Amino acid sequence: MAGQSWLLRTYHRSASPRWFFEGSRAWMIGLYVVGALCILVGSTWGLGFVPPERYQGDSFRILFVHVPAASLAQSIYIALAIAGLVYLVWRLKMADMFIQAAAPIGMIVTAAALATGIVWGMPTWGTGWVWDARTVSTLVLLLLFFGLLALRQAIGHPERAALATSLLAVVGVVNIPVIKYSVEWFATLHQPASIEIGERPAIAPIYLWPLACNALGYYCFVAGAILAALRRIIVERESTTAWVRDWLRGRQS
Amino acid sequence: MGLLLAQLRRDLLLVARSRIEAANPLIFFVLGVFLLGFGTDAFRASSAGAVWTLALFANVVAAEGMFQRDQDDGALEQLLVHARPLFAAVIGKLAAHWLVAGAPLVLLGPLAVFVHQGTLQGSGALAASLLLGTPILAILGGIGAALTVGTGRGGLLLGILVMPWYVPVLVFGVGACTAAETASGAAFPLLALAALLAASITLAPFAVAKSLMISQEY
Repeated sequence: MAGQSWLLRTYHRSASPRWFFEGSRAWMIGLYVVGALCILVGSTWGLGFVPPERYQGDSFRILFVHVPAASLAQSIYIALAIAGLVYLVWRLKMADMFIQAAAPIGMIVTAAALATGIVWGMPTWGTGWVWDARTVSTLVLLLLFFGLLALRQAIGHPERAALATSLLAVVGVVNIPVIKYSVEWFATLHQPASIEIGERPAIAPIYLWPLACNALGYYCFVAGAILAALRRIIVERESTTAWVRDWLRGRQS
Repeated sequence: MGLLLAQLRRDLLLVARSRIEAANPLIFFVLGVFLLGFGTDAFRASSAGAVWTLALFANVVAAEGMFQRDQDDGALEQLLVHARPLFAAVIGKLAAHWLVAGAPLVLLGPLAVFVHQGTLQGSGALAASLLLGTPILAILGGIGAALTVGTGRGGLLLGILVMPWYVPVLVFGVGACTAAETASGAAFPLLALAALLAASITLAPFAVAKSLMISQEY
């Protein structure tokens, strides 16, 4: 082990549910605290102190929820697909547990992105729903999350369910760019992305900072929530092992 | 190649000799076309969209039966044991499926528009987009069918799985029909469909083969 880097060693160790369970508690609490703080600061800043936007008035303030949710939704799906690939290739059961933990959370976040989008669209576009590149691809994303959960439940056999969901996640992620560009080719109502990595943001810096703070908060908080779900799943699935029984006994006394 | 052709021949023979249910998707399509009755002015503009949507649903209906019979009588398990390479047999199966459930739509779609509206205007783009698009629907439907074949409850689950994958095909298919009426022409959406078809023919058979192995525990 001496020659291996810290990162590689951590990666290999994280395949062990016990090691992961024991190490993740501090991370979970830390992510929850940082996330809650950032959301508190960013939301107060964005809702209370930033001046209203020139054309949209105060209705634009939903941006501070909508944008982080929409971005998180895609990130979670990509993370799921990576976990799916890891499971298909190496059969690490932690990867499958991650899919089981993150899929419902991803679905909720996607639904939140859609709901806030509809609420924002009513006053500004004049309609809650249009055939538009990003509304449609987010709806499709919601369906993909739902499909993962539905397929998982439909297959009774746990290992087959894990393999099938992993494969479905990988097939889905191949489709995401295709879906995105196919709908984008239509003339759309949605504004183009204002923040692209590596380019100067087209959003005023006065709005960018509270948004960045909120986005960081959402990412941390959701990561904490996924860790919490993952820890619950580990206890559930490893309940026959000695270390889980010891841990439960330790909690009771 | 021999395996591919043998599988294709077997599936077509089975359809020709016994299965009336192979016609179900076509009957669904024809019924839908005539019940909607898009000869009226209100529907005239969107007739290509209606034909495409019906083709899409007909494909979901058809996909459900792709592996079900073989699963029931054990032929699917035999296929997994014997067929090497498996993806060649899968391509044969998908091709047979498309010939039965997809190819007729290429003729029926424009025909339906002609019967309703008495003009062949725009039917070239519709036929071309269906010719390129229905094989993609059949192939993607195959992935969904292979994933759900062991669950015993295909129907709605299969629909939820494959609908998102059908969106680009629908977009480009309807796009080709509307673009054909404008000055820009239908070349771009048709080429995009052709690209999607090439990608799905090369990649999807492996996903189908893998899904079948998972569903049958190999």
